Amino acid sequence: MRRKGVRSVGFLDKVRQVDEYMWEIPAEAQEGMRVPGIVFADREILEKADGDNALQQVANVACLPGIVKASLAMPDIHWGYGFPIGGVAATLVEGGVVSPGGVGYDISCGVRLVLTSLTWEEAKEKLPELLDLLNTSVPKGLGTKGRLHLERGEVERLMSKGAPELVARGIGWEEDLEAMEEQGCYPGADPSKVSERAFARGKDQVGTLGSGNHFLEIQVVEETRPPADKLGLFEGQLVVMVHSGSRGLGHQICTDYIEVMGASLKKYGYSLPDRQLVCAPVESREGRDYLAAMACAANFAMCNREAITHWIRECFEKVFRAGARNLGMHVLYDISHNLAKMEEHVVDGKRLTLMVHRKGATRAFPGSRPEVPAKYADTGQPVIIPGDMGSHSYVLVGTREALEKSFGSTCHGAGRTMSRKAAKKQVRGEELKRRLERMGIMVRAAQLSGLAEEAPEAYKDVRAVVEICEGAGISRRVARMRPVAVMKG
Amino acid sequence: MVGGKRGRGGGELKRFEVIEHTADVGIRAYGRSREEAFASCALGMMSLILDVGSVEPRERKDIRARASGPEELLVRWLSEILFLVEVEGWAFGDFEVREVTGDRVEGWGLGEPLDPARHKVSGEIKAPTYHMLQLSEENGTWVAQVIFDV
Repeated sequence: MRRKGVRSVGFLDKVRQVDEYMWEIPAEAQEGMRVPGIVFADREILEKADGDNALQQVANVACLPGIVKASLAMPDIHWGYGFPIGGVAATLVEGGVVSPGGVGYDISCGVRLVLTSLTWEEAKEKLPELLDLLNTSVPKGLGTKGRLHLERGEVERLMSKGAPELVARGIGWEEDLEAMEEQGCYPGADPSKVSERAFARGKDQVGTLGSGNHFLEIQVVEETRPPADKLGLFEGQLVVMVHSGSRGLGHQICTDYIEVMGASLKKYGYSLPDRQLVCAPVESREGRDYLAAMACAANFAMCNREAITHWIRECFEKVFRAGARNLGMHVLYDISHNLAKMEEHVVDGKRLTLMVHRKGATRAFPGSRPEVPAKYADTGQPVIIPGDMGSHSYVLVGTREALEKSFGSTCHGAGRTMSRKAAKKQVRGEELKRRLERMGIMVRAAQLSGLAEEAPEAYKDVRAVVEICEGAGISRRVARMRPVAVMKG
Repeated sequence: MVGGKRGRGGGELKRFEVIEHTADVGIRAYGRSREEAFASCALGMMSLILDVGSVEPRERKDIRARASGPEELLVRWLSEILFLVEVEGWAFGDFEVREVTGDRVEGWGLGEPLDPARHKVSGEIKAPTYHMLQLSEENGTWVAQVIFDV
């Protein structure tokens, strides 16, 4: 398919296969590259990424000042702006840069899995009632506001103190915090670095799902492998997956700081191949301010998913007439797909403090890392990979090999393969809803046209993406879930 | 999808078209002046959010933006409209731009309060991006191209 304004640059000729699932774009492939590019993929995905210009974007990211080791891309790679989706880059904290484009507009967009002790057999008759209740209880779509009516000071406290502040208000459980990255509070958040505009866009959106690819899905665990039991997963189990982010607050923070850093590029003497890669030294005023604002958005996103979890538990309690604790509704883990984090990694035998940008990529640490909750010390950190609405989702765990190969990162989902316009052209929302229902997947959507954009055929085969991650050693499969009910914004 | 046409001294001109992008979506808008291109681009963006044909032009909302350069101005103008949709709950069915200078745009949107039940909303837009951003003029036709994060 020929797309207007898009041309393949034929980067494939410059790519060298390292092993079955690893491909290298040498640093000589493009002027200005400071490190090589590394893509975890099979040939089919690699070719698709080239046609998409995503390989060009991997090379562009390799030009960032202070980047170490390689510009990486996960197997769900596809064209983004600046960074490809599925892009990972680590820059030196001392002498390196932070780039809002390496995080994306939906800061801390992420996913969590809420477990239950219910089996599919026990729950299936009540599923229609449950989905209808969830559909009216979890706000979604454009123009909807959250159910929490918060004063400005309260929202500021959520931004700076994160999910513990929400839990202290009785929304969510204390134990949930241990199942979140940074225990639900990203350090260094400073609401004074968040614009009035960002504040206005986000203030009524705590506990809202949003639209686009965001969803709430009820799934059944279909297949497990060790150490699934240690994670509380078993075959036939009903689980709930939530995919949402920092809503208008995060989008505006990204917009604001791309502007700020665009204006300061000259000051730092940076010349970049793509304007969406604007950046500033980590230790500059612009860099520190962005990180303080980004942390606010990360905390907001975790609060958002925590509030949604609270509404989900309430719905289960009503429908199953039992307490959420009795229903075993523990959070397996809450992960972010879009974030920059200061982490220690060993590169060429040296321990370095790095700013690891993950854009459409997930942290996948082994249990030995101090960041991983103690309860996952033996298993590795859970990684939650949503599929599309019609296919399976997965739980993986982080590996030691991921630390060595990808700064402890893996894929974040299936990754799109078809544009939204093309998807809408091929698929009608009403037909898709019927098709999914024939497959045994109940659907509630704010807008059916939005549903069509997210049709399964618009995505890569998530199984192939997960298999490459496993083949490359950057994470390990533990469970596979099939969707039985989907709620879309 | 191709947007409505507008005749203004010299025949009709297609106002905008949707650009394909794997993950996101863009608008290429046209005008006989920079002002028309800005208005058409805004209409194109609105068409990604809702069915612009379902919006009644009941009220006029003044929209202004300032920026350091013409392309930045286009992003700011669209960001301003997005803010009005998301925070103030506006649904716009059309736009007019009075003046675009080097660092300032002044115009207005025609519409009414957003009613998701009546306006056939198709989705949210997170932001206009600088990716493949273009504002140019050739043979008297202005082109404004923006990719949106959706």
